[in-house]
Amino acid sequence: MAAMKTVRAIGHRVVDAVWRMGSATRFFALVLLYSASSFRRFRLVIKELFSSGVMSLIIILVAGLFVGMVLGLQGYETLKRYGSESALGSLVALSLVRELGPVLAALLFASRAGSAMTAEIGLMKATEQISAMEMMAVNPIARIVAPRFWAGVISMPLLAAMFSAVGVFGGYLVGVVQIGVDEGSFWAQMQAAVDFREDILNGVLKSFVFGTVVTVIALFEGYDAQPTAEGVSGATTRTVVNSSLAILMLDFVLTAIMFRGN
Amino acid sequence: MQWFRMCDLFFWASTLSSTALVEIRDLNFTYDKRPVLQGINMTFPKGKMVAIMGLSGCGKTTLLRHIGGALKPSKGSVKIDGQVMHELDQAGLYAMRRKMGMLFQFGALFTDLSVYDNVAFQMREHTDLPEDIIHDLVMMKLHAVGLRGAQDMMPSELSGGMARRVALARTVALDPMLVMYDEPFAGLDAISLSVIGDLIRRLNDALGATSIIVTHDIQESLKIVDYVYFMAGGVIVAEGTPDELRACDTDFVRQFVHGEMDGPMPFHYPSGDYRQELNLRD
Repeated sequence: MAAMKTVRAIGHRVVDAVWRMGSATRFFALVLLYSASSFRRFRLVIKELFSSGVMSLIIILVAGLFVGMVLGLQGYETLKRYGSESALGSLVALSLVRELGPVLAALLFASRAGSAMTAEIGLMKATEQISAMEMMAVNPIARIVAPRFWAGVISMPLLAAMFSAVGVFGGYLVGVVQIGVDEGSFWAQMQAAVDFREDILNGVLKSFVFGTVVTVIALFEGYDAQPTAEGVSGATTRTVVNSSLAILMLDFVLTAIMFRGN
Repeated sequence: MQWFRMCDLFFWASTLSSTALVEIRDLNFTYDKRPVLQGINMTFPKGKMVAIMGLSGCGKTTLLRHIGGALKPSKGSVKIDGQVMHELDQAGLYAMRRKMGMLFQFGALFTDLSVYDNVAFQMREHTDLPEDIIHDLVMMKLHAVGLRGAQDMMPSELSGGMARRVALARTVALDPMLVMYDEPFAGLDAISLSVIGDLIRRLNDALGATSIIVTHDIQESLKIVDYVYFMAGGVIVAEGTPDELRACDTDFVRQFVHGEMDGPMPFHYPSGDYRQELNLRD
């Protein structure tokens, strides 16, 4: 009997998860369908670019600097064992551009901007602002959701690029300025190792995918939240957890596709 | 007295048949196998203010959501200006909603927009008016609710009464033909309540609009409306003009109008035996 209950409970959760996936996909399709108005009134997207992109800049830059500095230290310690300290520049740059920049920037974006998007839309729903908009014959997906979606998609690759750039600078500070690795070989090795299409464009593509996924999850959770304090709080938590898991899983898939055999 | 009542009813009946803006016929709505609305028939004539009253949970707001086209009935229909709401596609529904306004229970002001931008919202969304014309229109609407001086304030800086007045200005921004009010008096102090009631009546008369007020505040509503429907348990239990309802001696209306504890509407939600719940012996 207890086993049946457990099986039933698992079944319910699976069915519920499939329903939510279906709803999220339909929601994503509607966002794309109603995106034209966002481009016609691009000032709405710019306003959201400020709140999700510009306001995330500090956390991205500070985190990028420290990640780069840690990479500089750890990288130097490892490379020293093989007498390859001069390769520090390429190690720092490749780690950041291929992996750490897109992934960490997306995780930080999900925590900072994604949770804010969910909470804002969830609270708009709880305070009947979305219903009011519907009653005014204004489509909330076109007016509220689509501009936020495009702001997320546009800002994510830019934030990831800034994360990587500042990270490289952090690696330079520790490796060259503090430890004393030769500056010429640091930059020359980096220039020789980093390929524009293979590394930089693939990194940008990754962050574009992460930005799309994180923003859709955040907006869907907010729009689908129960209109109560508990509902909004739960939705915000789900945004951070689901986005983080999606980023890490997608990173593996994308890495396997992009860099296999290189 | 009887003669006056007959005249009153005759006048209402003739008004209903000739110029009804909203007609609800045999409306039924079931949610999760539970009947919420059953066999509702109502008529709202043009230019009149009609109140729908009843205790919390009796189906008033659900009815309002049907009128606004937010819900589809299980059976029956809501017809506005000759069009059946649940048969409209999204474009038709939005076209109809442009002719409507709705004041939500707590205002539902957009918290990221100032008072001015809240009132200007629909004008910017639905018209191509130049900004200086929008400015003049917004000022006129804010002046009508006495809040021209609060145009730069954000919704978080407003008191409950002020927020409700701004929401009222936003609701009538495009001079709708039908205005719906969902509990417009909830949570207001005595002065704000009276101000809002007076404003609703004056705005309705100035716009020549039809108003539907969903409320459980009987005293304030009876002062301003032309006709009242009483609901309980998803059905209409009484209807009439304010004078008729004040004079009405049915148990339900008496209990509701005079706020009596004893009557057909029970205070307690259905539950088990109280003594047994407390483990008391006889």
